[in-house]
Amino acid sequence: MSENLLEVKDLYVNYKIYEGILKVLNGVNLTVKKKEKVGLIGESGCGKTTTMKAIMRILPDNALIPNGNIFYKGRDILKMSDDEIQKIRRENISMIFQDPTAALNPVLTVGAQLMDVIKYSTDEELTKREIRELAIKALKDVALPDPERILKNYPIMLSGGMRQRICIAMALISAKELLIADEPGTNLDVTIQDQILRLIGRLVEERGISVILISHALGAVKGLVDKVYVMYAGDIVEMAPTEKLFSDPIHPYTQALFKTVPKLTGGGIPEAIKGRIPDYINPPKGCRFAPRCIHAMPICMKEKPPLKNIEDEREVACFLYE
Amino acid sequence: MNNDEIIQVKDLKKYFKTSLGIVRAVDGISFTIREGETFGLVGESGSGKSTTAFTIMGVYEPTDGEIYFKGSPLPKSVKKRPLSLRKEMQMVFQDPGSSLNPRKRIGQIIELPLRVHRLHVGRERERVKELLEMVGLPVDFINRYPGAIGGGEKQLVAIARALASEPSFIALDEPTSALDVSMQAKIINTLLRIQKELNLTYLFITHNLSLMRNVASRVGIMYLGKMFEVAETSEFFHKPLHPYTKMLLSAIPVITEEEEKIKPKRVISRGEIPSPVNVPSGCYFHPRCIDCMEICKKEDPPMVEVSTGHFVKCHLYT
Amino acid sequence: MRIPIEKFITPDRKDSIKRTWYKFSSNPLSIIGLISVLIVTLSAIFAPVLAPYPESWGRWVDFSQACQPPSWKHPFGTDIYGRDILSRIMFGFRYDLLMAICILAMVVPTGTFLGLIAGYYRGTWIDTVIMRITDIFLAIPSIVLALAICALLKPSLFNSMMAVSLLWWPWYSRLAYSIASSLRNEYFVLAAELIGAHPLYIIFSEILPNCLAPIFTKMTLDVGWVILIGATLSFVGLGAQEPTPALGTMVSVGAKYMPDYWWMTIFPALAIAFTILGFNLLGDGIRDALAIEEI
Repeated sequence: MSENLLEVKDLYVNYKIYEGILKVLNGVNLTVKKKEKVGLIGESGCGKTTTMKAIMRILPDNALIPNGNIFYKGRDILKMSDDEIQKIRRENISMIFQDPTAALNPVLTVGAQLMDVIKYSTDEELTKREIRELAIKALKDVALPDPERILKNYPIMLSGGMRQRICIAMALISAKELLIADEPGTNLDVTIQDQILRLIGRLVEERGISVILISHALGAVKGLVDKVYVMYAGDIVEMAPTEKLFSDPIHPYTQALFKTVPKLTGGGIPEAIKGRIPDYINPPKGCRFAPRCIHAMPICMKEKPPLKNIEDEREVACFLYE
Repeated sequence: MNNDEIIQVKDLKKYFKTSLGIVRAVDGISFTIREGETFGLVGESGSGKSTTAFTIMGVYEPTDGEIYFKGSPLPKSVKKRPLSLRKEMQMVFQDPGSSLNPRKRIGQIIELPLRVHRLHVGRERERVKELLEMVGLPVDFINRYPGAIGGGEKQLVAIARALASEPSFIALDEPTSALDVSMQAKIINTLLRIQKELNLTYLFITHNLSLMRNVASRVGIMYLGKMFEVAETSEFFHKPLHPYTKMLLSAIPVITEEEEKIKPKRVISRGEIPSPVNVPSGCYFHPRCIDCMEICKKEDPPMVEVSTGHFVKCHLYT
Repeated sequence: MRIPIEKFITPDRKDSIKRTWYKFSSNPLSIIGLISVLIVTLSAIFAPVLAPYPESWGRWVDFSQACQPPSWKHPFGTDIYGRDILSRIMFGFRYDLLMAICILAMVVPTGTFLGLIAGYYRGTWIDTVIMRITDIFLAIPSIVLALAICALLKPSLFNSMMAVSLLWWPWYSRLAYSIASSLRNEYFVLAAELIGAHPLYIIFSEILPNCLAPIFTKMTLDVGWVILIGATLSFVGLGAQEPTPALGTMVSVGAKYMPDYWWMTIFPALAIAFTILGFNLLGDGIRDALAIEEI
């Protein structure tokens, strides 16, 4: 399919540590079309960030990829040379990290960092003035007041919300086709998080780029994306268009996850999903969710359920829907 | 004063001197916490809600104002509080990673309060196991280091440590903000169950309003060190009065249709909380307020009781 | 201390040692450092047995062998009195390591203790007094102070050790201070205060264990530097005196005969470089291995 911008196929990622091999990703399949807004949700530690790091090729040294492909416009990112992937990171795909403070260098001014990104994001020779103007425009795009002053500031002089906006501005310079947002604004307040997410939504819409949004804030995901992937312990368990997923989740894990979200209507919080994320060194043989699943059947303990198309644009990996 | 008031805060002020000027982190707030209830404190970061908790606990000495515990005034600093008082009041912090000493075993961590307050002498280890069971953790955690357990489990250990001294009051400062929803549900349910079992009083601080709805019995909302509105939880969510409360409520992302219905009409949040060094004149909220009037720019509104137990600090209601 | 905290848990350190070794050994440079340090240490300990000419360490003369270039008989050559340089280097390791150990044994506990106290009481007069004294010592150029002390007293190994100790402890107090004062804000320290634990308990049982890894790392790195300073003092004639086979003294004495008898200087100098490099690589490895990682 030519319209697929990014296609992750049967991706496995392991980490080698002292205790053994952590089998974190267990055959992830994920597609992002052009101009599509995709959400990725799931508990912490289920491999969301690992998947994104694999796409960006920034996994740590002890990570191994025994199997899988990541096709970006038909070419496998995992087989690219270092120069090619760097060019893609500079010009096509970009990532916003969870912690805006850690993503900015504390000893350089915002301007110096932003202008560096602009300089290397294009093959054209830009003059200093042009770069500066682009930097100011980038800050204006993310609705930062007084960009001239901010360029001269050090990151520590700015609030968390402003730093996150600067990170978005930087990421958008290099993200001409795909933006990966890993829990933007999670550590910020609801109102600021709300502003940040709406900002990302507006900017990707305007520029016609695709976005993968990872977030714990399910409500925020709901308001922003076209389709949602639900991940559990290194597996994609369900994929559906946003409205359908939230009105009618079908995988037992998705159902349980949605129940634990505190509701504004009150009534207490239902009991959490029993148990914990499996041990990645000796993960369950069959479906990785089976030990915690209330519908678990004998077959779930033996075989891994494949991700199956059950209706239009809707996939689920569960033996209940065989 | 009613006998069931466990904490009474009167005109509490906490200012910090910084290189940029004086920060009025908490600027004259008053409220009471009744025995056995969960008093919720919400607000954006920088609103002074954590500072309030730390001042009550005596980590910061208040600049002005009084705090009463069970009717008697509390010494300002925790260092001046006798052990018997420290035993009564405990705290659970925001960041589970920093709450536990990475170089100590879980058993040693939970045991410290028992040793300090000479509780269960001779059977400390059994007591530690009981506490682990009480918060729903496996007993074999006793020999583990904090690095070997997850963030939510660390927070449960921190809760077990707070319970170890058998307090009557626990301040919970954003106990779940660093965790995901499923762990949050586990921790909140554990906290609520233990509260019922031991008749504990909680001061619960969070910026997550949906969570607050399900946890607190009364809610106070803070903005730049001032208390803007205090009400019973259901009243607070169904009949919010202050424009700031409405703005926050309308910004909550929700996932179901029923929730969408009870949210106030969308008030687009604008601006960020101003720097506490350089606060606006009059009502601190007026630059962001959609109902801003002339008087709001000049005068700080007083706190008025609009209906029984529902207090609001806004010129719209004076 | 008011609260006796017995460790009621039988420590199961085996696994954490294995894990640390796994991390340490995954970096080949650390292994090189460890091997170098082992070579230096073992040859220092067993110098009387291992050295091909053990009598070369002291006042011993054999002019028939004087000024021999490196050969199979004398791999590093001989000096002007006919003493075997390789043997003297092995004995030299003894003096230099002994000096480093004695100095660190004096410096580390003192500096760490003062730094911890100052860090915990950050912002009070205790902090001010301790840290200003530290600053005064740091403000004096170290080599000048050492030279002054050594020149004032009789030049000897002991006096040069005292001099180096006097200018070394402030680094440890600075290090401990910086860690303690940042840990002071950690919630686990705050929790211990709210519980009512005694300040001494907090300092030694909560804060100190978190300082040990960086202090231990710095100690390893410092062995090299202390040797270097000792060698410098010896080189200018204020440290250990001839015929004591300190490496610095050997470099200094041999330098007079450069470049004709180059081996008299080059091999002791290489031995110093080898020792310092070894301890530095080892220190880096230890630092990485002891870093806390969350899994």
